[in-house]
Amino acid sequence: MDILYKIFIDPFVQMGLAPDLFAQTLWEGLVGGMLYALIALGFVLIFKASGVFNFAQGIMVVFAALTLVGLHEKGVPAFLALALTIVVMFLLAVAVERAVLRPLVNQPDIILFMATFGLTYFLIGLGELVFGGDPKVMIADQLYLPKGAIDIKMLGGFVSLQKIDIAAAIIASIMVVTLGVFFQKTRIGRALRAVADSHKAALSVGISLEQIWIVVWFTAGIVALATGIMWGARSNVSFALEIIALKALPVLILGGFTSIPGAIVGGLIIGIGEKVGEFYWGPLLGSGIESWLAYMIALIFLLFRPQGLFGERIIERI
Amino acid sequence: MFYREAGQFKTTYQADQAVFPIRQDRIGVLLILGLLFVVIPLTVSSFVLSSVLIPIMVYALAAIGLNLLTGYTGLLSLGTGGFMGVGAYACYKLTTFFPEVNIIVLILASGLVSAAVGAVFGLPSLRIKGFYLAVATLAAQFFLSWCFVRVPWLYNYNVSSAIEVPTRAVFGIPVTGPNASAVTRYFVVLTILVAMTWVASNLVRGRIGRMWMAVRDMDIAAELIGIKLYQTKLLAFAISSFYCGVAGAMMIFLWFGSAEAESFSIVQSFLVLFMVIIGGLGSLIGSFFGAIFILGLPIVLRTLPEYFGLAIRAATVEHLQFMITGALIIVFLIIEPHGLARLWQIGKQKLRVWPFPY
Repeated sequence: MDILYKIFIDPFVQMGLAPDLFAQTLWEGLVGGMLYALIALGFVLIFKASGVFNFAQGIMVVFAALTLVGLHEKGVPAFLALALTIVVMFLLAVAVERAVLRPLVNQPDIILFMATFGLTYFLIGLGELVFGGDPKVMIADQLYLPKGAIDIKMLGGFVSLQKIDIAAAIIASIMVVTLGVFFQKTRIGRALRAVADSHKAALSVGISLEQIWIVVWFTAGIVALATGIMWGARSNVSFALEIIALKALPVLILGGFTSIPGAIVGGLIIGIGEKVGEFYWGPLLGSGIESWLAYMIALIFLLFRPQGLFGERIIERI
Repeated sequence: MFYREAGQFKTTYQADQAVFPIRQDRIGVLLILGLLFVVIPLTVSSFVLSSVLIPIMVYALAAIGLNLLTGYTGLLSLGTGGFMGVGAYACYKLTTFFPEVNIIVLILASGLVSAAVGAVFGLPSLRIKGFYLAVATLAAQFFLSWCFVRVPWLYNYNVSSAIEVPTRAVFGIPVTGPNASAVTRYFVVLTILVAMTWVASNLVRGRIGRMWMAVRDMDIAAELIGIKLYQTKLLAFAISSFYCGVAGAMMIFLWFGSAEAESFSIVQSFLVLFMVIIGGLGSLIGSFFGAIFILGLPIVLRTLPEYFGLAIRAATVEHLQFMITGALIIVFLIIEPHGLARLWQIGKQKLRVWPFPY
């Protein structure tokens, strides 16, 4: 009985008794979830347009952030470094298209998946070779990102919101809206959706796959850069960040591999679920359940919807 | 010319169904076995035995396990490291409970524990497939690694939260622990590996293997011809985990000597997956090639600069090693997406028709 009480009643009592703490936990989960959602967004973009499960997305986040900070350390002004990093991400997109996607076109998914592993290794080596492997501090001040916290008085206590988190939320929303408009309204966006639907049909109406792939990988690179800046401002920039890519995977299966809204909603569910679970139920199991809780949440969802929350319905033919 | 089966007539079904139907293959395998069992232990130093050959054999077994699942049944798994860990920790607990029992029996028994765990984590495969399943198996990986850290019962409440391999002897010869000689350990690993490879090769040629391959090629069609999907998939998970578990137990008991939870992190899962894909999906010999390639590559890359007398800092070498490994993986996939096993097949075919081009 006691254990049932601890699982089913006690956490909710705690939530009710200290609503400010609960609100704080929710907010932290929300911010964490947003960053997962951004990484998942990069995955979804690439998966939709080229059918590649891009394992290198996480390392692209680190690589972008590292390039930005590394360039600044070498004496380049902050905003010039930002521009140069964008150029580097573009070159990366071109290089990936030339060296990886084009020779491997029409191969089974698992082979392309494996190739992105190769890319991951390559980028880790390159990043460390050029910029060194030590953790670096994100140049948040130079980019005029706010710091400090706002304390809001509510629910009989204080909830403290980091300004950088608010900025991250705003930037993430802007980016999602921009991407949405880009996909729905522009010519390239339409071409992108066509490619996502069917490579062959898109080719037959004269859409250049190569061009689309470059655009998609470049967009994913920009998303990676934004994620890298936000995440780097919260902790340091180092290859330890790579692990966050693994955190984004449950977001993907939850939201569906092909859905941008799915990535966002999935990210928020995972982020909040993870923080709340860790805070209220974690002590029961010994701490650290954050590492697998997200996967369990995603698995439970999957048992009911195998294609994810927003994924396209899987229709199988023989 | 030298490798041609002309004139070898098969007069029985047994001969037709043999593992190695061609005489040259049989001779070749006998030669390799002779080399492994007699020549290498006599000539190779114990350092090379324990730091090159034993690792390759342990990983080859794990790669065979994953290949049964991913290559033959088409279920992508990223939980290999976790299942190897289950084998290792199970073996540790079993030696604690049954100190008298032969350690080799215990290593195989720990594979059974791993198989049970694998079957449980295979349950989602009934509903989901492809990359969704791969991510779901990551749940197994992270949950198991968490258990290895947070459940003190698994490591007998050691303060260091690591497991130390006790000394166990078989017929009076120490096999595990600090007193076991490299040659003994080599023989044990080699024997288990050869036996289990033989079992696997018969599995995949038989009814079970054909069921697996039918499921891999198209599961709905397989279901329509009367294959029970969930039994087949769970069996694949169980047997694959059995192999991985035995590999994990051997890794700790016959190679490392001690282990922490970190030894079975996600890195292991990826490493074994590399081996399977580079070696060739759906090929047992490919698993060996993959293990040799992935483990041999760093050794070669490390020794090359010294060989040419280049003075490069160790850190730079490590970074370059990462870059070269990554680039080589991509290059290999471009040259031969079906892996090293396919190159081997092409080579054999060339030998067969030599000196003619085809």
